[in-house]
Amino acid sequence: MAHGLETRVLLEHAEDPGLRTLDGYKGYGGYATLEKAYREMEQDEVLKELEDSGLRGRGGAGFSMGKKASFLPRGEMAKYLCCNADESEPGAFKDRELMQRNPHQLIEGIAIAALAADAGHAFIFIRGEYDLQADILDAAVAEAYEAGYLGENILGTHRDLELVVHRGAGAYICGEETALLDALEGKRGNPRLKPPFPAVQGLYGGPTLINNVETLSNVPRIVANGAEWFKGFGTEQSPGTKVVSISGGVRRPGNYEVELGVPTRELIYGLAGGPEPGHEVKAFYPGGSSSPVLTAEEGMDLPYSFEAMAEAGSMLGSGSIIVADDRVSIPHMALRTARFYHHESCGKCTPCREGTNWTVKMLERVVRGEATPMDLDIISSVQENIMGHCLCVLGDSMAMPVSAMVRKFRPEFEQVIAGAAETLDPHLVVQGPPETLGASI
Amino acid sequence: MSPVDGAGAGNPNLPVDPAVDEGRVPERASEGIPEIHEVGCPEELRERIELLMSRYPDRHSASIPALWAVQERYGWCTPEGIRQAAAVMRVTPAYLESVASFYDLLHTEAVGSHRIEVCTNISCWMRGGDELLDAFKAAAEGDADLFVTGFECLGACDIAPMASIDQRYFGPLEAAEAGIAIEQLKAGADVLPAKSLATRPLAGDTPGPTGRNVASESTYRPIDRGEG
Repeated sequence: MAHGLETRVLLEHAEDPGLRTLDGYKGYGGYATLEKAYREMEQDEVLKELEDSGLRGRGGAGFSMGKKASFLPRGEMAKYLCCNADESEPGAFKDRELMQRNPHQLIEGIAIAALAADAGHAFIFIRGEYDLQADILDAAVAEAYEAGYLGENILGTHRDLELVVHRGAGAYICGEETALLDALEGKRGNPRLKPPFPAVQGLYGGPTLINNVETLSNVPRIVANGAEWFKGFGTEQSPGTKVVSISGGVRRPGNYEVELGVPTRELIYGLAGGPEPGHEVKAFYPGGSSSPVLTAEEGMDLPYSFEAMAEAGSMLGSGSIIVADDRVSIPHMALRTARFYHHESCGKCTPCREGTNWTVKMLERVVRGEATPMDLDIISSVQENIMGHCLCVLGDSMAMPVSAMVRKFRPEFEQVIAGAAETLDPHLVVQGPPETLGASI
Repeated sequence: MSPVDGAGAGNPNLPVDPAVDEGRVPERASEGIPEIHEVGCPEELRERIELLMSRYPDRHSASIPALWAVQERYGWCTPEGIRQAAAVMRVTPAYLESVASFYDLLHTEAVGSHRIEVCTNISCWMRGGDELLDAFKAAAEGDADLFVTGFECLGACDIAPMASIDQRYFGPLEAAEAGIAIEQLKAGADVLPAKSLATRPLAGDTPGPTGRNVASESTYRPIDRGEG
């Protein structure tokens, strides 16, 4: 049973393994909203409900979902809907849980969102590593086709929707919406120049709505219960519940669904159990590895919402908290973070390709004690020169946390440089570059 | 055909080093799209790729799924397999090669039949991911059937440190369990059934770290908005 701090809406009944079957889902009232929407509602009614609800995208940017859908031009051209299930950011694992436990909720959300976008073809772009979840989705999509919720002439309403589960093959960049479109078109996943935005010119050049798994999973209940019901959860600017992934130095890592606005301390200590006894939270990433790190003093007492995190100079992102307890060496954590982005940079834009590369090299010098304090200033200036200078935000995603770490924990960096590395836990010290695929230079 | 064709090949002022052409002139008229009868594509693979292409408005979209199919059949994306897929899809092998080389899970070099990816990213690193990778490497030493690699975040930080063994997730793993997993894999047995992500309950449904429900220690209560 869920305890007091959790508010399970998307994860309601998720403890029941039968939920992933069509019968199980329908047993809890599933697909009733799809029937209502397809039989009784017009495109504008669905759109209005989504816009009024204030539902913000759960993939990282937090943009209003209804607004995004309303940007799609009207007309006879083929329109597309893509569900972004390429969750690959370190710290984020909520979509995995939602797809594994309740695939039909997502399918129903996609079908209703397709109505709002007037899309005839929908895709779920799932990362190739999530093989189990993709198998579960495949089975669920087949059931939904069988039951007449997908395909041609849905429920006899003369509305059509094709849904394809498309497996990626391992590239973080494909979570970026335009890179996702390129990958879905069968190319290398390189981001595109924006504008034009996908809502105007996306997949195969047609208007395309791209939303995250969690965003789309929210759709059935919003349309069923109304925008007002949804706004009853969370804060004014961050309505609804959020599945928060908590990991790192906590005793009970996992996904917890809470109302937005819950105090961060309660998430980390109340739900995830806090660090091991005798240890304290030192810092945390509030929204996945691309969010600027907050120190415990800065962040523990903030409400967990889009606006509070933005005010503190960080972001809620995908809603993934990674906790670093007092044993973690921040320079080493910065290096791990930078290595990830270096490995995942697609190489299209120079500031990102070179910036991630040189940041890794400089941070390696720092942890080996070979750097000078001036190198810290150079690291910071490299980050400044990445931010805002690329087609997509992958480079920024490294620059934001790394520059925050250098700024907030400068004495620790200096201490490491000064040769104090031996005081650190030896297993945290990187002996050489780790062997990761393609990371060798 | 010279590599500078179309790039000022007719310009007499452009110095062309004949050595540049050495070994680069394609043997056949073009390095274009191979014909299906030239590549010996197994019927089964051809049908599978054709089915995949039919699912998309544009056949090019099937390139990643087709490469998955090639990899499943041959163990990795072999040059022959890529040519077969290219012939079925009516694209050049170079195009598919460029796609395959972009993605971490598509292998353009021979790898073992069992693939073990160990996450070494932030959350797993904090909880011993590097040590787990070392343990898997030591346990797989000398066995060409096993391919062990470190991997960037696999999206399972809740079970850190974790590994993906033949595309299924297991965690949290002790270093000692690496050897057990590999024994089970070789014997064809179920790998670490107790550590499989597939059967793991929601975090909130597991006992708190102290054995009590941690919420009872908390002073925070959500706003009371009544029932309903």
